[in-house]
Amino acid sequence: MTSGEIKEVVLDILEGIAPDEDLSGIVDDVPLREQLELDSMDFLDIVMELRKRYRVQIPEDDYVELATMQSTVDYLAPLMKDLQKV
Amino acid sequence: MAAADARLETVMYDTIIIGAGMSGLAAGIRLAHFDRRVCILERHTAIGGLNSYYRLDGRNYDVGLHAVTNFTPKGTRTGPLARLLRQLRIRWDDFALVPQLGSKIAFPGVALKFNNHFEYFRSEVERHFPREKDGFQRLTETVVDYDDLSEETAAISARAIVEHVIKDRLLVDMLFCPLMFYGGSRENDMDFGQFSIMFRSIFMEGFARPWAGVRVILKHLVRRFKALGGDLRLRAGVQRIETDGDRATQVVLDDGTTLEADRVLSSAGLVETMRLCGSQVPPSPPKTGKLSFVESINVLDCEPREVGCDQAIVFFNDESQFHYRKPDDLVDLRSGVICSPNNFAYSEPLAEGLVRTTALANYDRWRALDDDAYRQAKQECHARMVEIATRHVGDFRDRVVATDTFTPTTIERYTGHAGGAVYGTSRKRFDGVTHLKNLFLCGTDQGFVGIVGAMFSGIAMANRHLLSGTSDSTQPAELAVQDVL
Ligand SMILES: Cc1cc2nc3c(=O)[nH]c(=O)nc-3n(C[C@H](O)[C@H](O)[C@H](O)COP(=O)(O)OP(=O)(O)OC[C@H]3O[C@@H](n4cnc5c(N)ncnc54)[C@H](O)[C@@H]3O)c2cc1C
Repeated sequence: MTSGEIKEVVLDILEGIAPDEDLSGIVDDVPLREQLELDSMDFLDIVMELRKRYRVQIPEDDYVELATMQSTVDYLAPLMKDLQKV
Repeated sequence: MAAADARLETVMYDTIIIGAGMSGLAAGIRLAHFDRRVCILERHTAIGGLNSYYRLDGRNYDVGLHAVTNFTPKGTRTGPLARLLRQLRIRWDDFALVPQLGSKIAFPGVALKFNNHFEYFRSEVERHFPREKDGFQRLTETVVDYDDLSEETAAISARAIVEHVIKDRLLVDMLFCPLMFYGGSRENDMDFGQFSIMFRSIFMEGFARPWAGVRVILKHLVRRFKALGGDLRLRAGVQRIETDGDRATQVVLDDGTTLEADRVLSSAGLVETMRLCGSQVPPSPPKTGKLSFVESINVLDCEPREVGCDQAIVFFNDESQFHYRKPDDLVDLRSGVICSPNNFAYSEPLAEGLVRTTALANYDRWRALDDDAYRQAKQECHARMVEIATRHVGDFRDRVVATDTFTPTTIERYTGHAGGAVYGTSRKRFDGVTHLKNLFLCGTDQGFVGIVGAMFSGIAMANRHLLSGTSDSTQPAELAVQDVL
Protein backbone atom coordinates (compact mmCIF):
# COMPACT_ATOMS: atom_id res chain seq x y z
CA MET A 1 0.00 0.00 0.00
CA THR A 2 1.17 3.50 -0.77
CA SER A 3 0.97 6.32 1.73
CA GLY A 4 -2.02 7.62 -0.19
CA GLU A 5 -3.80 4.28 0.17
CA ILE A 6 -2.97 4.07 3.85
CA LYS A 7 -4.49 7.49 4.33
CA GLU A 8 -7.64 6.26 2.61
CA VAL A 9 -7.74 3.28 4.95
CA VAL A 10 -7.43 5.53 8.00
CA LEU A 11 -10.12 7.86 6.65
CA ASP A 12 -12.37 4.89 6.06
CA ILE A 13 -11.84 3.74 9.64
CA LEU A 14 -12.56 7.24 10.93
CA GLU A 15 -15.71 7.40 8.85
CA GLY A 16 -16.86 4.15 10.37
CA ILE A 17 -16.20 5.43 13.87
CA ALA A 18 -17.76 8.84 13.33
CA PRO A 19 -20.32 8.42 10.56
CA ASP A 20 -21.75 11.89 11.14
CA GLU A 21 -18.45 13.68 10.53
CA ASP A 22 -17.42 15.38 7.32
CA LEU A 23 -13.82 14.22 7.01
CA SER A 24 -12.96 16.11 3.84
CA GLY A 25 -11.45 18.93 5.85
CA ILE A 26 -9.08 16.86 7.99
CA VAL A 27 -5.76 18.65 8.29
CA ASP A 28 -2.81 16.26 8.15
CA ASP A 29 -0.62 17.73 10.84
CA VAL A 30 -3.18 18.82 13.44
CA PRO A 31 -3.95 16.28 16.19
CA LEU A 32 -7.02 14.19 15.38
CA ARG A 33 -8.03 14.53 18.98
CA GLU A 34 -8.43 18.26 18.48
CA GLN A 35 -10.07 18.14 15.08
CA LEU A 36 -12.64 15.46 15.84
CA GLU A 37 -12.58 15.48 19.63
CA LEU A 38 -11.80 11.80 19.59
CA ASP A 39 -11.25 10.28 23.00
CA SER A 40 -9.12 7.41 24.23
CA MET A 41 -11.83 4.88 23.40
CA ASP A 42 -11.83 6.07 19.79
CA PHE A 43 -8.06 5.81 19.45
CA LEU A 44 -8.19 2.30 20.75
CA ASP A 45 -10.81 1.61 18.09
CA ILE A 46 -8.49 2.82 15.35
CA VAL A 47 -5.90 0.37 16.63
CA MET A 48 -8.45 -2.44 16.79
CA GLU A 49 -9.83 -1.70 13.32
CA LEU A 50 -6.31 -1.88 11.86
CA ARG A 51 -5.82 -5.21 13.55
CA LYS A 52 -9.20 -6.48 12.41
CA ARG A 53 -8.82 -5.39 8.79
CA TYR A 54 -5.09 -5.81 8.14
CA ARG A 55 -3.79 -7.80 11.11
CA VAL A 56 -1.48 -4.91 11.87
CA GLN A 57 -0.43 -5.07 15.51
CA ILE A 58 0.36 -1.80 17.18
CA PRO A 59 2.07 -2.12 20.54
CA GLU A 60 0.79 0.14 23.29
CA ASP A 61 4.03 2.08 23.39
CA ASP A 62 3.41 3.20 19.83
CA TYR A 63 -0.12 4.59 20.29
CA VAL A 64 1.43 8.01 20.53
CA GLU A 65 2.29 7.75 16.80
CA LEU A 66 -1.41 8.02 15.96
CA ALA A 67 -1.72 11.62 17.05
CA THR A 68 -2.16 13.19 13.61
CA MET A 69 -3.07 11.88 10.18
CA GLN A 70 0.48 12.51 8.99
CA SER A 71 2.16 10.76 11.91
CA THR A 72 -0.27 7.84 11.57
CA VAL A 73 0.46 7.37 7.88
CA ASP A 74 4.21 7.70 8.45
CA TYR A 75 4.07 5.15 11.21
CA LEU A 76 1.95 2.68 9.26
CA ALA A 77 3.83 2.98 5.96
CA PRO A 78 6.58 0.42 6.72
CA LEU A 79 4.09 -1.90 8.47
CA MET A 80 1.63 -1.88 5.59
CA LYS A 81 3.80 -1.48 2.53
CA ASP A 82 3.45 -5.14 1.51
CA LEU A 83 -0.30 -5.34 2.18
CA GLN A 84 -3.07 -4.97 -0.39
CA LYS A 85 -5.85 -2.49 0.28
CA VAL A 86 -9.18 -4.27 0.76
CA MET B 1 -32.64 -40.95 26.50
CA ALA B 2 -32.20 -40.64 30.20
CA ALA B 3 -34.54 -38.17 31.89
CA ALA B 4 -31.64 -36.26 33.36
CA ASP B 5 -29.96 -35.96 30.00
CA ALA B 6 -28.72 -32.42 29.85
CA ARG B 7 -28.01 -30.91 26.47
CA LEU B 8 -24.49 -29.67 26.06
CA GLU B 9 -24.17 -27.55 22.99
CA THR B 10 -20.89 -27.78 21.24
CA VAL B 11 -20.62 -24.13 20.23
CA MET B 12 -17.96 -22.47 22.26
CA TYR B 13 -18.46 -18.75 22.62
CA ASP B 14 -15.87 -16.17 23.41
CA THR B 15 -18.42 -14.37 25.53
CA ILE B 16 -21.89 -15.11 26.81
CA ILE B 17 -23.91 -12.08 27.83
CA ILE B 18 -26.73 -12.49 30.28
CA GLY B 19 -29.60 -10.14 29.45
CA ALA B 20 -30.75 -8.35 26.29
CA GLY B 21 -31.34 -4.97 27.92
CA MET B 22 -29.60 -1.79 26.83
CA SER B 23 -26.29 -2.73 28.41
CA GLY B 24 -26.18 -6.30 27.14
CA LEU B 25 -27.08 -5.30 23.59
CA ALA B 26 -24.49 -2.52 23.50
CA ALA B 27 -21.79 -4.84 24.82
CA GLY B 28 -22.83 -7.46 22.29
CA ILE B 29 -22.46 -5.03 19.40
CA ARG B 30 -18.95 -4.11 20.47
CA LEU B 31 -17.88 -7.74 20.72
CA ALA B 32 -19.52 -8.88 17.50
CA HIS B 33 -18.06 -5.90 15.65
CA PHE B 34 -14.61 -7.10 16.61
CA ASP B 35 -15.35 -10.63 15.47
CA ARG B 36 -15.90 -12.23 18.84
CA ARG B 37 -18.29 -15.17 18.96
CA VAL B 38 -20.92 -13.80 21.26
CA CYS B 39 -24.31 -14.94 22.45
CA ILE B 40 -26.87 -12.91 24.37
CA LEU B 41 -29.20 -14.94 26.55
CA GLU B 42 -32.50 -13.35 27.53
CA ARG B 43 -35.06 -14.99 29.75
CA HIS B 44 -37.98 -12.89 28.60
CA THR B 45 -39.72 -13.26 25.24
CA ALA B 46 -38.80 -9.69 24.35
CA ILE B 47 -35.64 -7.64 24.44
CA GLY B 48 -35.20 -4.38 26.35
CA GLY B 49 -35.31 -5.35 30.02
CA LEU B 50 -36.17 -2.33 32.14
CA ASN B 51 -36.77 -0.35 29.01
CA SER B 52 -38.77 -2.65 26.86
CA TYR B 53 -42.15 -2.29 25.20
CA TYR B 54 -45.33 -4.31 25.06
CA ARG B 55 -48.71 -4.47 23.40
CA LEU B 56 -51.92 -4.40 25.35
CA ASP B 57 -55.43 -4.26 23.86
CA GLY B 58 -54.07 -3.20 20.51
CA ARG B 59 -51.88 -0.39 21.86
CA ASN B 60 -48.12 -0.05 22.08
CA TYR B 61 -46.70 0.86 25.47
CA ASP B 62 -43.15 1.58 26.56
CA VAL B 63 -42.16 -0.08 29.82
CA GLY B 64 -39.84 2.53 31.14
CA LEU B 65 -39.17 5.29 28.73
CA HIS B 66 -40.07 8.74 29.97
CA ALA B 67 -37.22 10.41 28.20
CA VAL B 68 -33.77 9.59 26.97
CA THR B 69 -31.43 11.65 29.13
CA ASN B 70 -28.00 12.93 28.00
CA PHE B 71 -29.52 14.36 24.83
CA THR B 72 -27.12 16.49 22.80
CA PRO B 73 -27.94 17.85 19.33
CA LYS B 74 -26.59 16.40 16.12
CA GLY B 75 -23.00 17.44 15.55
CA THR B 76 -22.08 17.46 19.24
CA ARG B 77 -18.82 15.57 19.63
CA THR B 78 -18.50 15.33 23.37
CA GLY B 79 -20.63 13.81 26.08
CA PRO B 80 -21.93 10.29 26.65
CA LEU B 81 -24.38 10.22 23.73
CA ALA B 82 -21.81 11.25 21.12
CA ARG B 83 -19.26 8.86 22.55
CA LEU B 84 -21.58 5.90 22.57
CA LEU B 85 -22.75 6.55 19.02
CA ARG B 86 -19.13 6.39 17.88
CA GLN B 87 -18.45 3.26 19.86
CA LEU B 88 -21.48 1.54 18.37
CA ARG B 89 -20.94 3.00 14.86
CA ILE B 90 -24.42 4.46 14.94
CA ARG B 91 -25.49 7.65 13.20
CA TRP B 92 -27.10 10.33 15.29
CA ASP B 93 -30.23 10.12 13.11
CA ASP B 94 -30.65 6.39 13.72
CA PHE B 95 -32.04 6.90 17.22
CA ALA B 96 -34.43 9.52 15.87
CA LEU B 97 -34.29 11.53 19.08
CA VAL B 98 -36.60 14.51 19.31
CA PRO B 99 -35.92 17.10 22.04
CA GLN B 100 -38.39 17.89 24.81
CA LEU B 101 -40.58 20.98 24.87
CA GLY B 102 -39.84 21.71 28.53
CA SER B 103 -40.02 20.23 32.01
CA LYS B 104 -40.30 21.45 35.57
CA ILE B 105 -39.62 20.70 39.19
CA ALA B 106 -42.72 21.65 41.19
CA PHE B 107 -42.44 22.02 44.96
CA PRO B 108 -44.88 23.81 47.29
CA GLY B 109 -44.95 27.45 46.28
CA VAL B 110 -42.16 27.31 43.69
CA ALA B 111 -41.57 25.72 40.32
CA LEU B 112 -38.25 25.62 38.46
CA LYS B 113 -38.59 25.14 34.74
CA PHE B 114 -35.90 23.67 32.55
CA ASN B 115 -35.35 22.59 28.97
CA ASN B 116 -32.33 21.44 27.00
CA HIS B 117 -30.60 24.80 27.38
CA PHE B 118 -28.81 25.01 30.67
CA GLU B 119 -28.78 28.82 30.74
CA TYR B 120 -32.57 28.78 30.95
CA PHE B 121 -32.43 26.57 34.03
CA ARG B 122 -29.76 28.78 35.53
CA SER B 123 -31.98 31.83 35.02
CA GLU B 124 -34.86 30.04 36.72
CA VAL B 125 -32.69 29.17 39.71
CA GLU B 126 -31.42 32.77 39.94
CA ARG B 127 -34.93 34.18 39.64
CA HIS B 128 -36.40 32.04 42.40
CA PHE B 129 -33.31 31.77 44.60
CA PRO B 130 -31.39 35.03 44.02
CA ARG B 131 -29.25 34.51 47.10
CA GLU B 132 -27.99 31.18 45.81
CA LYS B 133 -26.66 32.58 42.55
CA ASP B 134 -22.99 32.21 43.46
CA GLY B 135 -23.47 28.88 45.18
CA PHE B 136 -25.25 27.47 42.15
CA GLN B 137 -22.46 28.74 39.93
CA ARG B 138 -19.88 27.07 42.11
CA LEU B 139 -21.84 23.82 42.12
CA THR B 140 -22.08 23.74 38.34
CA GLU B 141 -18.36 24.35 37.99
CA THR B 142 -17.62 21.43 40.29
CA VAL B 143 -20.07 19.22 38.45
CA VAL B 144 -18.57 20.04 35.06
CA ASP B 145 -15.07 19.28 36.24
CA TYR B 146 -15.99 16.07 37.95
CA ASP B 147 -14.77 13.14 35.96
CA ASP B 148 -13.97 10.32 38.24
CA LEU B 149 -16.45 7.56 38.87
CA SER B 150 -14.58 5.08 40.96
CA GLU B 151 -14.83 3.07 44.14
CA GLU B 152 -13.04 5.70 46.20
CA THR B 153 -15.30 8.59 45.23
CA ALA B 154 -18.40 6.47 45.67
CA ALA B 155 -18.20 7.20 49.35
CA ILE B 156 -18.44 10.97 49.02
CA SER B 157 -21.91 12.19 49.93
CA ALA B 158 -23.40 14.43 47.26
CA ARG B 159 -25.69 16.00 49.87
CA ALA B 160 -22.74 17.08 51.95
CA ILE B 161 -21.09 18.76 48.96
CA VAL B 162 -24.26 20.39 47.63
CA GLU B 163 -25.37 21.62 51.06
CA HIS B 164 -21.95 23.13 51.52
CA VAL B 165 -22.40 25.49 48.56
CA ILE B 166 -26.18 25.90 48.56
CA LYS B 167 -27.73 26.99 51.83
CA ASP B 168 -31.43 26.95 50.96
CA ARG B 169 -32.66 23.48 51.77
CA LEU B 170 -35.57 23.89 49.37
CA LEU B 171 -33.26 24.42 46.39
CA VAL B 172 -31.09 21.50 47.46
CA ASP B 173 -34.14 19.24 47.53
CA MET B 174 -35.35 20.55 44.20
CA LEU B 175 -32.03 19.78 42.55
CA PHE B 176 -31.88 16.29 44.00
CA CYS B 177 -35.47 15.34 43.17
CA PRO B 178 -35.12 14.66 39.41
CA LEU B 179 -31.68 13.09 39.86
CA MET B 180 -32.94 10.68 42.45
CA PHE B 181 -36.05 9.66 40.56
CA TYR B 182 -33.97 9.05 37.43
CA GLY B 183 -31.11 7.18 38.97
CA GLY B 184 -31.02 7.07 42.76
CA SER B 185 -30.20 3.65 44.13
CA ARG B 186 -29.57 4.93 47.65
CA GLU B 187 -32.06 6.50 50.05
CA ASN B 188 -31.94 10.30 50.38
CA ASP B 189 -28.42 10.68 49.02
CA MET B 190 -26.11 9.57 46.26
CA ASP B 191 -22.39 9.69 45.77
CA PHE B 192 -21.04 12.84 44.22
CA GLY B 193 -19.78 11.10 41.09
CA GLN B 194 -23.25 9.81 40.35
CA PHE B 195 -24.71 13.22 41.19
CA SER B 196 -22.41 14.92 38.70
CA ILE B 197 -23.19 12.49 35.92
CA MET B 198 -26.92 12.76 36.54
CA PHE B 199 -26.85 16.55 36.89
CA ARG B 200 -25.15 16.87 33.53
CA SER B 201 -27.38 14.28 31.87
CA ILE B 202 -30.61 15.98 32.98
CA PHE B 203 -29.91 19.71 33.35
CA MET B 204 -26.89 20.35 31.13
CA GLU B 205 -27.61 17.90 28.33
CA GLY B 206 -31.31 17.15 28.36
CA PHE B 207 -34.33 15.06 27.44
CA ALA B 208 -35.39 13.63 24.12
CA ARG B 209 -37.50 10.79 22.82
CA PRO B 210 -38.01 8.97 19.53
CA TRP B 211 -41.51 9.56 18.14
CA ALA B 212 -42.21 5.83 18.09
CA GLY B 213 -40.74 5.22 21.53
CA VAL B 214 -37.98 3.02 22.86
CA ARG B 215 -38.56 0.33 20.24
CA VAL B 216 -36.74 2.53 17.70
CA ILE B 217 -33.56 2.30 19.75
CA LEU B 218 -33.94 -1.36 20.64
CA LYS B 219 -34.70 -2.48 17.11
CA HIS B 220 -31.71 -0.62 15.86
CA LEU B 221 -29.43 -2.23 18.42
CA VAL B 222 -30.70 -5.74 17.83
CA ARG B 223 -30.52 -5.43 14.05
CA ARG B 224 -26.95 -4.29 14.34
CA PHE B 225 -26.03 -7.08 16.69
CA LYS B 226 -27.48 -9.76 14.44
CA ALA B 227 -26.03 -8.26 11.26
CA LEU B 228 -22.61 -8.50 12.87
CA GLY B 229 -23.13 -12.20 13.44
CA GLY B 230 -24.15 -12.17 17.09
CA ASP B 231 -26.51 -14.83 18.46
CA LEU B 232 -29.53 -13.70 20.42
CA ARG B 233 -31.65 -16.25 22.22
CA LEU B 234 -34.95 -15.27 23.76
CA ARG B 235 -36.76 -17.45 26.33
CA ALA B 236 -33.27 -18.51 27.32
CA GLY B 237 -33.05 -17.77 31.02
CA VAL B 238 -29.79 -18.55 32.76
CA GLN B 239 -30.57 -20.77 35.70
CA ARG B 240 -27.07 -21.08 37.06
CA ILE B 241 -23.42 -20.44 36.39
CA GLU B 242 -21.14 -23.40 37.02
CA THR B 243 -17.74 -22.63 38.43
CA ASP B 244 -14.55 -24.49 39.16
CA GLY B 245 -13.55 -22.39 42.11
CA ASP B 246 -12.30 -19.17 40.59
CA ARG B 247 -13.68 -19.33 37.05
CA ALA B 248 -17.08 -19.63 35.45
CA THR B 249 -17.02 -22.77 33.34
CA GLN B 250 -20.55 -23.25 32.03
CA VAL B 251 -23.87 -21.54 31.88
CA VAL B 252 -26.95 -23.69 32.42
CA LEU B 253 -30.26 -22.51 31.01
CA ASP B 254 -33.73 -22.99 32.48
CA ASP B 255 -34.38 -25.81 30.00
CA GLY B 256 -31.20 -27.62 30.97
CA THR B 257 -29.14 -26.59 27.95
CA THR B 258 -25.51 -26.03 28.85
CA LEU B 259 -23.36 -23.47 27.07
CA GLU B 260 -19.69 -22.75 27.32
CA ALA B 261 -17.77 -19.54 26.94
CA ASP B 262 -14.41 -18.09 27.80
CA ARG B 263 -16.02 -15.24 29.65
CA VAL B 264 -19.44 -14.25 30.93
CA LEU B 265 -20.82 -10.71 31.16
CA SER B 266 -23.95 -10.33 33.24
CA SER B 267 -26.45 -7.49 33.20
CA ALA B 268 -28.80 -9.33 35.54
CA GLY B 269 -27.62 -7.33 38.56
CA LEU B 270 -25.03 -7.98 41.25
CA VAL B 271 -27.18 -9.85 43.75
CA GLU B 272 -28.98 -11.70 40.96
CA THR B 273 -25.72 -12.77 39.34
CA MET B 274 -24.31 -13.94 42.67
CA ARG B 275 -27.42 -16.03 43.11
CA LEU B 276 -26.77 -17.65 39.75
CA CYS B 277 -23.36 -18.69 41.06
CA GLY B 278 -25.10 -20.58 43.85
CA SER B 279 -23.27 -21.48 46.98
CA GLN B 280 -19.84 -20.48 45.71
CA VAL B 281 -20.54 -16.86 46.53
CA PRO B 282 -18.08 -15.07 48.80
CA PRO B 283 -19.11 -14.17 52.34
CA SER B 284 -21.17 -11.06 53.09
CA PRO B 285 -23.33 -11.21 49.98
CA PRO B 286 -24.44 -7.87 48.51
CA LYS B 287 -27.83 -6.46 49.35
CA THR B 288 -30.72 -5.87 46.98
CA GLY B 289 -31.64 -2.28 46.30
CA LYS B 290 -34.52 -0.84 48.30
CA LEU B 291 -36.03 1.54 45.82
CA SER B 292 -38.82 0.57 43.53
CA PHE B 293 -41.74 2.28 41.86
CA VAL B 294 -45.30 2.05 40.72
CA GLU B 295 -46.27 3.61 37.45
CA SER B 296 -49.75 4.41 36.27
CA ILE B 297 -50.33 5.03 32.60
CA ASN B 298 -53.28 6.89 31.14
CA VAL B 299 -54.07 6.95 27.45
CA LEU B 300 -56.07 10.03 26.45
CA ASP B 301 -58.21 10.78 23.42
CA CYS B 302 -56.62 14.21 23.11
CA GLU B 303 -53.24 15.91 23.27
CA PRO B 304 -52.40 16.36 26.97
CA ARG B 305 -51.80 20.06 26.42
CA GLU B 306 -55.51 20.49 25.61
CA VAL B 307 -56.22 19.84 29.28
CA GLY B 308 -53.29 21.96 30.42
CA CYS B 309 -50.51 19.38 30.55
CA ASP B 310 -47.80 21.01 28.48
CA GLN B 311 -44.58 19.76 30.09
CA ALA B 312 -42.58 16.72 29.04
CA ILE B 313 -41.76 15.81 32.63
CA VAL B 314 -42.96 17.23 35.94
CA PHE B 315 -41.03 16.21 39.05
CA PHE B 316 -43.28 17.07 41.97
CA ASN B 317 -43.09 17.08 45.72
CA ASP B 318 -46.04 18.23 47.85
CA GLU B 319 -44.40 18.28 51.28
CA SER B 320 -42.11 20.80 52.89
CA GLN B 321 -39.25 18.29 52.62
CA PHE B 322 -38.45 15.81 49.89
CA HIS B 323 -38.04 12.21 50.99
CA TYR B 324 -36.51 9.70 48.64
CA ARG B 325 -36.74 6.43 50.46
CA LYS B 326 -38.58 3.16 50.57
CA PRO B 327 -42.08 3.98 51.81
CA ASP B 328 -43.71 2.18 54.72
CA ASP B 329 -46.95 1.96 52.76
CA LEU B 330 -47.51 0.40 49.38
CA VAL B 331 -46.72 3.69 47.76
CA ASP B 332 -45.52 7.19 48.69
CA LEU B 333 -47.58 9.74 46.82
CA ARG B 334 -46.06 12.82 48.40
CA SER B 335 -43.73 13.08 45.44
CA GLY B 336 -43.33 11.60 42.01
CA VAL B 337 -42.86 12.09 38.31
CA ILE B 338 -45.51 12.90 35.73
CA CYS B 339 -44.47 12.35 32.16
CA SER B 340 -46.20 13.18 28.95
CA PRO B 341 -44.45 11.63 25.94
CA ASN B 342 -46.49 13.94 23.71
CA ASN B 343 -44.62 17.02 24.80
CA PHE B 344 -41.57 16.65 22.59
CA ALA B 345 -40.95 18.64 19.42
CA TYR B 346 -42.20 16.03 16.94
CA SER B 347 -43.03 16.93 13.39
CA GLU B 348 -46.33 15.09 13.73
CA PRO B 349 -48.34 14.36 16.88
CA LEU B 350 -48.46 10.96 18.56
CA ALA B 351 -51.57 8.91 17.79
CA GLU B 352 -52.92 9.35 21.30
CA GLY B 353 -52.28 11.34 24.44
CA LEU B 354 -50.33 9.81 27.28
CA VAL B 355 -49.83 10.75 30.91
CA ARG B 356 -47.62 8.49 33.00
CA THR B 357 -47.18 8.93 36.74
CA THR B 358 -44.43 7.28 38.77
CA ALA B 359 -44.05 7.14 42.53
CA LEU B 360 -41.91 5.34 45.10
CA ALA B 361 -43.25 1.98 46.22
CA ASN B 362 -42.54 -0.72 48.76
CA TYR B 363 -41.77 -4.05 47.13
CA ASP B 364 -42.37 -6.15 50.24
CA ARG B 365 -45.83 -4.70 50.78
CA TRP B 366 -46.87 -5.42 47.21
CA ARG B 367 -45.30 -8.86 47.34
CA ALA B 368 -47.29 -9.79 50.46
CA LEU B 369 -50.68 -9.23 48.82
CA ASP B 370 -52.73 -12.14 47.52
CA ASP B 371 -54.13 -11.95 43.99
CA ASP B 372 -57.39 -10.21 44.85
CA ALA B 373 -55.81 -7.76 47.25
CA TYR B 374 -53.09 -7.03 44.68
CA ARG B 375 -55.60 -6.25 41.98
CA GLN B 376 -57.59 -4.03 44.27
CA ALA B 377 -54.49 -2.24 45.57
CA LYS B 378 -53.39 -1.59 42.03
CA GLN B 379 -56.75 -0.07 41.16
CA GLU B 380 -56.81 2.14 44.23
CA CYS B 381 -53.25 3.21 43.69
CA HIS B 382 -53.98 4.09 40.09
CA ALA B 383 -56.99 6.18 41.10
CA ARG B 384 -54.98 8.13 43.67
CA MET B 385 -52.14 8.70 41.24
CA VAL B 386 -54.55 10.02 38.64
CA GLU B 387 -55.99 12.42 41.16
CA ILE B 388 -52.56 13.72 42.12
CA ALA B 389 -51.45 14.04 38.52
CA THR B 390 -54.62 15.99 37.84
CA ARG B 391 -53.68 18.50 40.49
CA HIS B 392 -50.29 19.05 38.90
CA VAL B 393 -50.89 18.94 35.16
CA GLY B 394 -54.60 19.53 34.57
CA ASP B 395 -57.75 17.43 34.75
CA PHE B 396 -57.59 14.75 32.07
CA ARG B 397 -59.96 12.33 33.77
CA ASP B 398 -62.80 12.48 31.28
CA ARG B 399 -60.41 12.01 28.36
CA VAL B 400 -59.00 8.66 29.49
CA VAL B 401 -59.58 5.79 27.05
CA ALA B 402 -57.25 3.16 28.48
CA THR B 403 -55.04 2.61 31.51
CA ASP B 404 -52.34 0.31 32.75
CA THR B 405 -50.47 0.14 36.04
CA PHE B 406 -47.33 -1.68 37.02
CA THR B 407 -45.82 -2.29 40.43
CA PRO B 408 -42.52 -3.46 41.94
CA THR B 409 -43.58 -7.07 41.49
CA THR B 410 -44.28 -6.49 37.80
CA ILE B 411 -40.78 -5.08 37.41
CA GLU B 412 -39.27 -8.06 39.17
CA ARG B 413 -41.25 -10.54 37.12
CA TYR B 414 -40.30 -9.11 33.76
CA THR B 415 -36.74 -7.98 34.35
CA GLY B 416 -35.50 -10.31 37.07
CA HIS B 417 -34.32 -7.39 39.21
CA ALA B 418 -34.69 -8.57 42.79
CA GLY B 419 -37.07 -6.45 44.82
CA GLY B 420 -38.10 -4.58 41.68
CA ALA B 421 -35.09 -2.37 42.36
CA VAL B 422 -34.98 -0.37 39.15
CA TYR B 423 -31.64 1.26 39.92
CA GLY B 424 -30.15 -1.81 41.51
CA THR B 425 -28.04 -2.15 44.60
CA SER B 426 -26.69 0.93 46.36
CA ARG B 427 -23.13 -0.41 46.29
CA LYS B 428 -21.96 -0.31 42.71
CA ARG B 429 -19.13 -2.30 41.15
CA PHE B 430 -17.50 0.33 39.00
CA ASP B 431 -14.73 -1.97 37.84
CA GLY B 432 -17.26 -4.63 36.83
CA VAL B 433 -15.26 -7.46 38.35
CA THR B 434 -16.63 -10.27 40.49
CA HIS B 435 -15.21 -13.04 42.67
CA LEU B 436 -14.74 -15.09 39.47
CA LYS B 437 -11.90 -14.17 37.15
CA ASN B 438 -13.91 -14.44 33.95
CA LEU B 439 -17.30 -13.22 35.12
CA PHE B 440 -18.02 -9.50 34.77
CA LEU B 441 -20.93 -7.17 35.42
CA CYS B 442 -22.46 -4.51 33.23
CA GLY B 443 -25.53 -2.30 33.42
CA THR B 444 -27.32 -1.03 36.45
CA ASP B 445 -25.10 -2.54 39.13
CA GLN B 446 -21.87 -1.68 37.41
CA GLY B 447 -22.78 1.90 38.08
CA PHE B 448 -24.40 3.58 35.12
CA VAL B 449 -28.17 3.82 34.90
CA GLY B 450 -30.69 5.08 32.41
CA ILE B 451 -30.82 4.22 28.75
CA VAL B 452 -27.65 6.02 27.73
CA GLY B 453 -25.89 5.08 30.95
CA ALA B 454 -26.70 1.39 30.56
CA MET B 455 -25.47 1.32 26.96
CA PHE B 456 -22.35 3.14 28.04
CA SER B 457 -21.76 0.61 30.77
CA GLY B 458 -22.04 -2.29 28.32
CA ILE B 459 -19.53 -0.61 26.03
CA ALA B 460 -17.08 0.24 28.79
CA MET B 461 -17.12 -3.25 30.28
CA ALA B 462 -16.78 -4.90 26.87
CA ASN B 463 -13.76 -2.73 26.09
CA ARG B 464 -12.18 -3.22 29.42
CA HIS B 465 -12.65 -6.90 30.06
CA LEU B 466 -13.72 -8.64 26.88
CA LEU B 467 -11.82 -7.11 24.00
CA SER B 468 -8.45 -7.45 25.62
CA GLY B 469 -6.13 -10.34 24.74
CA THR B 470 -6.31 -12.76 27.62
CA SER B 471 -9.40 -14.25 29.12
CA ASP B 472 -9.06 -12.86 32.62
CA SER B 473 -9.31 -9.34 33.92
CA THR B 474 -6.31 -7.35 32.79
CA GLN B 475 -5.05 -3.83 32.79
CA PRO B 476 -7.41 -2.07 30.41
CA ALA B 477 -5.68 -0.96 27.24
CA GLU B 478 -8.00 2.05 27.26
CA LEU B 479 -6.09 3.50 30.17
CA ALA B 480 -2.82 3.14 28.32
CA VAL B 481 -4.18 5.19 25.43
CA GLN B 482 -5.31 7.90 27.78
CA ASP B 483 -1.78 8.33 29.02
CA VAL B 484 -0.14 8.95 25.68
CA LEU B 485 -2.59 10.78 23.44
C1 LIG C 1 -40.50 2.46 35.03
C2 LIG C 1 -39.14 2.81 34.53
C3 LIG C 1 -38.93 4.02 33.93
C4 LIG C 1 -37.67 4.36 33.42
N1 LIG C 1 -37.54 5.53 32.77
C5 LIG C 1 -36.36 5.84 32.19
C6 LIG C 1 -36.23 7.00 31.41
O1 LIG C 1 -37.20 7.75 31.21
N2 LIG C 1 -35.02 7.31 30.88
C7 LIG C 1 -33.94 6.50 31.05
O2 LIG C 1 -32.87 6.81 30.53
N3 LIG C 1 -34.03 5.39 31.80
C8 LIG C 1 -35.22 5.04 32.37
N4 LIG C 1 -35.32 3.89 33.11
C9 LIG C 1 -34.08 3.18 33.46
C10 LIG C 1 -33.55 2.33 32.34
O3 LIG C 1 -34.61 1.63 31.75
C11 LIG C 1 -32.55 1.33 32.90
O4 LIG C 1 -31.59 1.99 33.67
C12 LIG C 1 -31.83 0.55 31.81
O5 LIG C 1 -32.74 0.10 30.84
C13 LIG C 1 -31.08 -0.60 32.44
O6 LIG C 1 -30.52 -1.44 31.48
P1 LIG C 1 -29.68 -2.70 31.90
O7 LIG C 1 -29.19 -3.29 30.64
O8 LIG C 1 -28.71 -2.33 32.93
O9 LIG C 1 -30.65 -3.69 32.66
P2 LIG C 1 -31.95 -4.44 32.18
O10 LIG C 1 -32.70 -3.64 31.22
O11 LIG C 1 -32.68 -4.88 33.37
O12 LIG C 1 -31.40 -5.73 31.42
C14 LIG C 1 -31.20 -6.95 32.06
C15 LIG C 1 -31.82 -8.05 31.22
O13 LIG C 1 -31.38 -9.28 31.74
C16 LIG C 1 -32.43 -10.21 31.67
N5 LIG C 1 -32.15 -11.23 32.66
C17 LIG C 1 -32.10 -11.10 34.00
N6 LIG C 1 -31.78 -12.26 34.59
C18 LIG C 1 -31.61 -13.16 33.58
C19 LIG C 1 -31.24 -14.53 33.54
N7 LIG C 1 -30.98 -15.22 34.66
N8 LIG C 1 -31.16 -15.14 32.34
C20 LIG C 1 -31.39 -14.45 31.19
N9 LIG C 1 -31.73 -13.15 31.18
C21 LIG C 1 -31.84 -12.51 32.36
C22 LIG C 1 -33.65 -9.39 31.98
O14 LIG C 1 -34.82 -10.02 31.50
C23 LIG C 1 -33.33 -8.09 31.24
O15 LIG C 1 -33.81 -8.11 29.93
C24 LIG C 1 -36.58 3.49 33.59
C25 LIG C 1 -36.81 2.25 34.20
C26 LIG C 1 -38.07 1.90 34.64
C27 LIG C 1 -38.30 0.54 35.22
